[in-house]
Amino acid sequence: EQRETQSHTGNYKGPTPAGSGLQQRGAEQSTGDGAPSSSRVFVVRRDQDIYIHTLRKLFNESHGIFMGLQRSEEELAGKSRKAQLVQVSKNYRSVIRACMEDMHQAAGKFVRSLTVSILSAMELIWNLCEILFVEAATAGPLLLRLLDWVRLHVCDVDSMVREVLSSESPSKHKLFWNVVDVFVLQGRMDEARHLLSKEASANPASMNMYKILDDFMKKMPVPSLGNTQTLTELELKWQHWHEECQRYLQDGTFASNPHMESICKILLGDEDAILEKKELMTTWYHFLVTRLLYSHPTVKPMELRFYAQSSMDLFLGGESSPEPLDMILMAAFEFEMHQVIKECSIVLSNWWFVAHLTDLLDHCKLLQSHNLYFGSNMREFLLLEYASGLFSHHSLWQLGVDYFDHCPEYGRVYLELHIERIPLSTEQKALKVLRICEQRQMHEQVRSICKIMAMKALRNNRLGSALSWSIRAKDAAFATLISDRFLKDYCEKGCFSDLDLIDNLGPSMLLSDRLTFLGKYREFHRLYGEKRFAEAARLLLTLMTAHIAPCSFWMTLLTDALPLLEQKEVIFSAEQTYELMRCLEDLTAGNPDKQKFQDDDVETTKVEMLRLALARNLARVIVKEGTVEGS
Amino acid sequence: QTLLQHSSGQEKVSQPRWEPQPRARLMTALTFSSKCGIVSIQDNRISIWSVGDLGNTGLNGEYHGEPHLLCDIQHNGDVMDMQFLDQERIVVASSTGTVTIFRHHQNNQTLSADHRWAKAHYHVDQDTSCGGAACTGVVCNNPEIVTVGEDGRINLFRADQKDAVRTIDNADSSTLHAVTFLRTTEILTVNSIGQLKIWDLRQQRNEPSQIFSLAGDRVPLHCVDRHPNQQHIVATGGQDGMLSIWDIRQGTMPVSLLNAHEAEMWEVHFHPSDPDHLFTCSEDGSLWHWDTSANVSEKPSFLHQGGRSTAYLSHSTMNQSVVSAWLSNDPTKDRMEITNLIPNQTLSVNSLDVLGPCLVYGTDAEAIYVNRQLFA
Repeated sequence: EQRETQSHTGNYKGPTPAGSGLQQRGAEQSTGDGAPSSSRVFVVRRDQDIYIHTLRKLFNESHGIFMGLQRSEEELAGKSRKAQLVQVSKNYRSVIRACMEDMHQAAGKFVRSLTVSILSAMELIWNLCEILFVEAATAGPLLLRLLDWVRLHVCDVDSMVREVLSSESPSKHKLFWNVVDVFVLQGRMDEARHLLSKEASANPASMNMYKILDDFMKKMPVPSLGNTQTLTELELKWQHWHEECQRYLQDGTFASNPHMESICKILLGDEDAILEKKELMTTWYHFLVTRLLYSHPTVKPMELRFYAQSSMDLFLGGESSPEPLDMILMAAFEFEMHQVIKECSIVLSNWWFVAHLTDLLDHCKLLQSHNLYFGSNMREFLLLEYASGLFSHHSLWQLGVDYFDHCPEYGRVYLELHIERIPLSTEQKALKVLRICEQRQMHEQVRSICKIMAMKALRNNRLGSALSWSIRAKDAAFATLISDRFLKDYCEKGCFSDLDLIDNLGPSMLLSDRLTFLGKYREFHRLYGEKRFAEAARLLLTLMTAHIAPCSFWMTLLTDALPLLEQKEVIFSAEQTYELMRCLEDLTAGNPDKQKFQDDDVETTKVEMLRLALARNLARVIVKEGTVEGS
Repeated sequence: QTLLQHSSGQEKVSQPRWEPQPRARLMTALTFSSKCGIVSIQDNRISIWSVGDLGNTGLNGEYHGEPHLLCDIQHNGDVMDMQFLDQERIVVASSTGTVTIFRHHQNNQTLSADHRWAKAHYHVDQDTSCGGAACTGVVCNNPEIVTVGEDGRINLFRADQKDAVRTIDNADSSTLHAVTFLRTTEILTVNSIGQLKIWDLRQQRNEPSQIFSLAGDRVPLHCVDRHPNQQHIVATGGQDGMLSIWDIRQGTMPVSLLNAHEAEMWEVHFHPSDPDHLFTCSEDGSLWHWDTSANVSEKPSFLHQGGRSTAYLSHSTMNQSVVSAWLSNDPTKDRMEITNLIPNQTLSVNSLDVLGPCLVYGTDAEAIYVNRQLFA
């Protein structure tokens, strides 16, 4: 088969981590059959990541959170509303984390580390947005949140710490001071002091030095989450602590121990000293947070942008240019929410992230002023994109329905267009699609689905199923078509198929005239079979006189009257017989296709036989009725 | 909701089923035995999951330990229904019309296809490539297997025979949605025009021995289950979410119609050992527990007459009082407690199964949930 496939994300533009799709596919291609490139078939997909197996948990679980958020009460005011939104944000993040964990566990089998790195980048960005936008942490708590953020995402040090702590004498370990520095850089004072105490006990000469440093670290004022102290108080305390620390450094207290001296410099917020530990921090945003911790602990949200910019410049030092991830984080520090979303849309290979983040920010009432020059607003635009991607997946499409439901402007139209394109492979699937349409009063789609299913059933010669589908759609025209098929079958075979259905039509019989006729005609057969001739005769006549039966079927009905006319006892009354005669004459006279009757021997014979039978019946009934009346 | 454990199921779950237990162990399922749950996944894989010790819950009823995957195998087409044939074999109905027996090798935790009846259900012409019709229901009574499908056909297979023992072509003019055994030789089917039919497999006539139908609109029926002890009591669930209880000894219409779900009822199950409890699940994302046991406790004098302990009572006496609850014409008069076990679910609950104190269900959110303390 000379066919190669290539998946392509519509929104791919930037470098890694977004290149996942293309790079992977490229590798697959080279192992392909090497067919000439001219015969390639490109499979263009809206949203590449939708098809990553391991991410399905992310899509499914976040759907639940999304729905919960839409349901959540807007009335909740102030703090409780904010707490609720922060909780939602945390839930989203924990799903991302759970997915990453699953992938780590599955690492033995088959792992796309690229996906893991994308997930971890998403979580990093989301967490920062949570701190800055959703929670909108104020000066003081802001720093604590940023510290947590850095600690959570710079996890490379954990193995180093474990290695040092598990060695026989940690203070002799070659990485000992690195670990202490890491703790200090991340503001994990207690852990740093604990380690230093080991060094002090192992090295009594530095005891004095250690005590002073330990005291400093212990006394360092930190912002508290509770409202026990005001910012001014904190700043005063901090200033005082800072000056004391400065004095000791200038005294040369730590001069004999370069490690302790550098820690002291870090505590004083010496930029050069902190930058020296570049390797330990690995990223510019770690540097930023450390810098803020030791020189501007009461940084206000709006001041972040200056420190962020200068930290990045200092850290990268012109050696390397910022990557897309750096630009996104920078935009977040600058409180450029739209820039964050825009960059993420460009760089990430999925719509999941931007759609959910934007929706959350919208619920925080942060995006209202912004309207796009196309479509509705940004939230809706992104949700529509994401949901459209879901709809292309054979199993996840059901999630997409709920997302469309929460797009007030275009959701409905999108749903209408997408739902018609779901392949209806089994009746169960069709029923699910149908239920979705019925719940939303999408009559046009309901009709179309039922018609498709009815057509399918008809093609498979399943008249019963076809009929029940058209009854569901209340599609009279189609019911008529199927009834005609039943009648045609009857005319050909002389017996009814699918009696179980026709005998149990119930009120649905009234859907179309032809269906009514079918039901009634079958009833006639039943009455006849049960030898309830008088009732059968009356029904037969009514079928014609009330014009329930189609004209084309009258001949069959009249033929059916023959055995009734030939019965030993008289069944049709004189009046009924006249009616029958009129029907016959109407049929033969009124038929524009008169030739047919004359040419067709069988038909002519039939008509003559009928006339004869009617005449004889009339004779008998006149005698009978005369006798009865006379007596 | 703390009871509901979320497993790591990742694809669309269509049919979870408990693995049957040997009788002796079933008796002690509450306390000792460890058991497996099986789950089929619509994304073309059959998986066996272990959910650990069923009865072994912590002090506060919390269960520690995730369900974990034992093994899985590829499956062709969507899984429409599945049933355990015995301890090791599972019969799976496919949307392609194929019926397959899979064997679970417990010694090395693998699954393999034991036997396959290709295109057991088909449209018009068995030889055309696209002629398969979805097999919608399967029921087993080892070694017999009965399947029904969208083609209105009923197949009777034996696990040890290559060809179908019996096939009733065009048994139904509409789609057959589900099948269950009434007695060893009789089966019950439900179809898409609201009919419940009894078929006697001993008779050579290709016609049902009895037809029951819903009055009024012929609402399609999607599921059927028979009372485990009182075989004349049958429960069905319909497209409108209505639960119907039938007494097949009398009449042709349901004894009671109970308003239930807001959308299709996909499955209904009597509790196998405690049949005054019934469970139903639906497209509207709810799972209901119907409890008529209040009636029993209201009649303590009856249960404890003559100073006998409850354990001494024969099964039939006990159930007689229960049965009256299901068959009562006025369900409001008798106490029936109904609880929705999943309040906030939005996506369809496609399937459920129940055994002992445990309930397992699968949803369109591609997850399996296990509730280990039904009667807590």
